[in-house]
Amino acid sequence: MHTKEKTSSVVIRLIIAIIIAAYVLFPFFLVCVNSFKQSADITSNPIGFNGVSFGQFAQNMNDVINNKSFTFWQTFGYSAIITILSLVLLAVLGSMAAWVICRNKTAWSNVIYFTFIASMIIPFQVVMLPLISTFRDVGKFVGIPMLKSVPGIVFAYLGFGGAMTVFILVGFIKGIPFDLEEAASIDGCSPEQVFFKVIFPLLSPVITTVTILNGMWIWNDYLLPSMMLGQNGPVKTLPVAVQAFVGSYVKQWNLILAAALLAILPMVILFLIAQKQIMEGMIEGAVKG
Amino acid sequence: MKTPSASKQVMSILLMIAGVALVIWSLAMDIKGSDVSYRGATLVLGAVGIIAGLYFYPTIKHHRTIINIIFLFPLLFAFAVTVIIPLVLGIGYSFTDWDGIRVKNVIGVSNYTRMFTQASFLWSIFITFLFVVFNMILVNLVAFLLALLCTSRIKGLGFFRAAYFLPNLIGGIVLGYIWNFIFSNVVTELLKTQYSMLADTKTAFMAIIIVYIWQYAGYIMLIYITGLNTIPGDVLEASAIDGANPLQTLFEIKIPMIAPTITICTFLTLTSAFKQFDVNLALTNGTGSVDIFDNYLTNGTEMLALNIYNTAVIKNEYAFGEAKAVLFFIILACVSILQVRISNKKEVEL
Repeated sequence: MHTKEKTSSVVIRLIIAIIIAAYVLFPFFLVCVNSFKQSADITSNPIGFNGVSFGQFAQNMNDVINNKSFTFWQTFGYSAIITILSLVLLAVLGSMAAWVICRNKTAWSNVIYFTFIASMIIPFQVVMLPLISTFRDVGKFVGIPMLKSVPGIVFAYLGFGGAMTVFILVGFIKGIPFDLEEAASIDGCSPEQVFFKVIFPLLSPVITTVTILNGMWIWNDYLLPSMMLGQNGPVKTLPVAVQAFVGSYVKQWNLILAAALLAILPMVILFLIAQKQIMEGMIEGAVKG
Repeated sequence: MKTPSASKQVMSILLMIAGVALVIWSLAMDIKGSDVSYRGATLVLGAVGIIAGLYFYPTIKHHRTIINIIFLFPLLFAFAVTVIIPLVLGIGYSFTDWDGIRVKNVIGVSNYTRMFTQASFLWSIFITFLFVVFNMILVNLVAFLLALLCTSRIKGLGFFRAAYFLPNLIGGIVLGYIWNFIFSNVVTELLKTQYSMLADTKTAFMAIIIVYIWQYAGYIMLIYITGLNTIPGDVLEASAIDGANPLQTLFEIKIPMIAPTITICTFLTLTSAFKQFDVNLALTNGTGSVDIFDNYLTNGTEMLALNIYNTAVIKNEYAFGEAKAVLFFIILACVSILQVRISNKKEVEL
């Protein structure tokens, strides 16, 4: 009797889980199916398989990829370069800064640390408008364009991502025994060698966490690139391009959904490859941050 | 032994001098107004020269300090230029008539007094709070139930967790347009209605909440799962032996024991709901008509972040938008501090 009741409740729970999964995944299904249709077929029948054809899919993809305001490969390339450069710099410079902050118990290192923590509460809206004028002036002053350029936006991500990166890294470095560093410096390592040869390799799990958190944010970010790169500037990221594309193709759902498919595909593929790391990284980040 | 060190010292001093000279030269070119294209490159080269000179300077006493400065400088510099300077400037600009490029007059607090007479802005504050409250309750509730489901014994747990989390990978703009399509084409087809949910303010507001739960609940669920997994198995076993039914176990053991997790999750949902921008923009762009206190408003679903953006960037009232943003910052800071305080107190009591 007891076991029977248990199996029935397990079955009910499984059914509930499947229904929820179907609901959660339904939008993805719609995006895929409707990328295979003509615009007219989508409006008359948005759910079923009527009008699905590979020829139409190729046509939609071709239209989107070669579209002048979307230029998929170029946009994808810029998105990838910006994300990767920002992530590498945040990981390296962030752990360098976190190590110094953590291992120097002085008044100024505390001030820097608490400034970083306090800054995490600042909403982007309050800095975004002066940010543009500051970057314009700085760019003019140093002679490197900071707006509508890759170095400029990478620099901005370094500034905005720095606080959280340092915060998580400091928490981890605190747990590394100081004896390790002492032993290395007795063996004749200079401070920078201690960091790069002893500490930095030990940081790999937490750097994975930080990279996943920052990567999800930077890849999907819309407001910062739209302000800094402009809606139709020479450099574009995928979310900005999708926004611009939708603006110029109102109600052409076959093209919009094909563009959406292209925009979500890289992330979904990455998730399928590194599912465990991504999910763990997101949890770690939330619990520590 | 002494000669290589001395030559190294001379080398590093020369490097530093060359670096300083390059930096001064490139900045002087800027002040003179000449447009040499390699000015930026020389500046960077000069800065690298100074840093390299400092790095190779042979001193044991100050080497650690030099390394500290070199290690801290890049990130702090970026942080100062992107966060601290704009924040200070922005607070200053909010008291002027700044137009995005220059300041003509200092106008005191009139930007701040003006926004409280603007009905559309007050409405934005109101629905933002409404959205935050709904969201905090619903996302946490849904996520917690999903977490309970995903920690019970069913087949394919890994698949369900991954599936529920999947929407969180996608940026707000893209998923906003996907749901825009669903509400205006698919839902109307399923319910056989003429009008999209997005056409009416009330249902459009509900639509934003639905999309937000869809996007965010999976992520919060993961955190709850981690929390639930930290409950020691013998505690649950003991309660089962004592004859606690599943509901008692839930309310008297599980929920009190994951109080820290609840704090984290309410904090996350609170701040992210306050800052909500992308979904709002892509789904309704803030449209929707409202009739309130004899004011006819057309920004029925425009939340604070979007209101600030529209004020500054679309309507070109930079100083006014900045003043609203400063208020937004103050509200956000107060609410998050308050929330953490309340939760901390509750945790101690439990």
